[in-house]
Amino acid sequence: MANPKPEELAKIDYQPPKTGWMDTPTVFKPGIFPYACKPKSLETVGFPNPRQWSVKDEDWKLPPNWQEIFIEGLRERVSKYRSFRLFLDICVRCGACADKCHFFIGGGDPKNMPVLRGELLRSVYRKYCTTTGRIMGKIAGARDLTTDVLKEIWYYAFQCTECRRCSLFCPYGIDTAEITILARELLNLLGLNIEWIAGPVANCWLTGNHLGLQPHTIKDAFDMFCDDIETITGIRVTPTFNRKGAEILFVIPSGSMFADPGTFTCMGELLLLHELGLDYTWSTFASEGGDFGFFTTNEMAKRLHAKIYEEAKRLKVKWIMGGECGHMWRVWHQYHNTWYGPVDFLEEPVSPITGTKFENAKSNKTIHICEFTADLIKHGKLNFDKSRNDNLIVTFHDSCNVSRGMGMFEEPRYIIQNVCNNFYEMPPQTIREQTFCCGSGAGLNASENMESRLRGGLPRANAVKYVAKKYGVNMLACICAIDRAALPPLMDYWVPGVRVTGVHEMVANALICKGEKKRTTNLRGEPLPGMEGE
Amino acid sequence: MGFKEILSEKKPLIVEKWLDAILNNYPADASKFFKKQKDGFRNPVGYTISTSIKGLFDEIIEDPESEKIYPYLDDIMKIKAVQDFSPSKAVQFIYLLKKIIRIELDNEITQKNLSNDLKIFEDQLDKLALLAFDIYMLCRERIFEIRVKELKNMSYRLLKRANLVRELEEQESNFAAETVLTQNIKG
Repeated sequence: MANPKPEELAKIDYQPPKTGWMDTPTVFKPGIFPYACKPKSLETVGFPNPRQWSVKDEDWKLPPNWQEIFIEGLRERVSKYRSFRLFLDICVRCGACADKCHFFIGGGDPKNMPVLRGELLRSVYRKYCTTTGRIMGKIAGARDLTTDVLKEIWYYAFQCTECRRCSLFCPYGIDTAEITILARELLNLLGLNIEWIAGPVANCWLTGNHLGLQPHTIKDAFDMFCDDIETITGIRVTPTFNRKGAEILFVIPSGSMFADPGTFTCMGELLLLHELGLDYTWSTFASEGGDFGFFTTNEMAKRLHAKIYEEAKRLKVKWIMGGECGHMWRVWHQYHNTWYGPVDFLEEPVSPITGTKFENAKSNKTIHICEFTADLIKHGKLNFDKSRNDNLIVTFHDSCNVSRGMGMFEEPRYIIQNVCNNFYEMPPQTIREQTFCCGSGAGLNASENMESRLRGGLPRANAVKYVAKKYGVNMLACICAIDRAALPPLMDYWVPGVRVTGVHEMVANALICKGEKKRTTNLRGEPLPGMEGE
Repeated sequence: MGFKEILSEKKPLIVEKWLDAILNNYPADASKFFKKQKDGFRNPVGYTISTSIKGLFDEIIEDPESEKIYPYLDDIMKIKAVQDFSPSKAVQFIYLLKKIIRIELDNEITQKNLSNDLKIFEDQLDKLALLAFDIYMLCRERIFEIRVKELKNMSYRLLKRANLVRELEEQESNFAAETVLTQNIKG
């Protein structure tokens, strides 16, 4: 391109175009989209159209009959899922959801308004699945499925974290996240995934976890945790792996095994369960609570989820406990029973320490560790020295899937207030069911889309900034592995000085264990308050 | 009444027009939302820009060299650096103020012969735009630093398992013996 002349430069118009959304072309901006999936990741799980491709290329190497595949896929899903058809049909474009998405709030791209994001697919649905759309075309809000339209759907399907904040405000109850879920499913029919999702899915299919950690690597990681715990507390924790006949199978997201600060949460869970003398086992096969298959297709989600129940069956445990994880709970609570029905080979979870029956888990026999720990505290089974966390001024981020998806609001707060002296809530319109997403969920926590993550995380960070300024908050607690991975960079950019922790890291720091030595540092190896000189 | 007094007096009008002009640079739907929603937690972009330019305007009148200007500019540029703006568009909001002042104070400037004051004031705004650009670049660099840091954090424990980092610690004093990989890890 020739250098612009001065008079051309002087004619820069900063006003955005005033065209309708269908006539406003989508510009692919680096920093917003994640990298394309690799062929081997698709081949591993038998997904269609594995090939080397790049998002920046003009040619996405689609199959010759890609339109037919997409449209047939759409028709099939519309007839299979009544909810999907309803969500596509009944939206009156009232706009109640428009300003609820964190990507729109932080970035200002109108196609990130849930109503418009849904419209991207809805317009294709109208054209190929409704009579009015077929006849009236654009007047009825329908449009042809061209490669540009397909690319646009792709661009925005991977700018939605499926957090469901928009659905909370829809007067019709439309779950726009489900539209994204199915848009991604249709894109997967053409091999249009991102590597940050496809890679973990392939790893999980082969090894049981997203990171592709093999049994000896997991064991080695835990040995190191045990060494660290012993150095800090004087207690040798002795976890067991793949132990048949254990009462409980404990499953956590693999991110907590290898990425800080999640590792400290895992260490916290190890110490707590050891202190209780719980008859439980870890599994190197069911070594992933998360399910990135959930971000590809319904079938893939089911395939990856199955390993946990297969392992529970193989080990003959009575029930399952899950660690601090986000979408693991969405899958367990909202999809498991549809896939498998109530589990008949496990028992209704009963805490062996307090005798509490977790009736809420009657069907899938799985409880969240926060439910378990909150119950222990309620029954006075744990002794804490809260002052060990006195250097922390804590706020709590409700992870979308656990709060909006599962309805768990009180347990983590109850635990935090029992192990910390300084806890402050963020403003009510940013927490609990109205919580703002971290901006990186649903498989979008790749590094290459950092601008997108930072703008999507702005509403959350903005609320943290407020409590940091008002109360001096320096620690953001959460109970989701993606949060623990995604919130530190978010804080680094928007609210430097605020760190991120899992709840059970703080539990273990405050927990007074039998036979422990005088503790001078926390699980991170940092001096406890008042121990700086020791 | 001097130039600065007129600016102070007309502050509400000028700031309102300035905000309007800044937010008009977003697509219509976004602009409408950023202007309408007054709750700062539901609309951090609109709220931050609106409060920051008010503070910025006061400081420019008071002392354009003041350090107090920095946090206001920082708050705005942090947002612009992650949005769909080219560098020129990101700093353009300062120049919008120039235009507004020329239009709004046109009569006063002619009647009271304040063109020299306007020139000095505009020079200060130019400096401010340069400062805004510096901050924009810092934000962009920060984004890339964060990306690198994140990748390092993700791989650190895995590399430790592979004995790469342990090796690094032992050989810390022997820089020549480090591989390219371990140097990268060390940063």
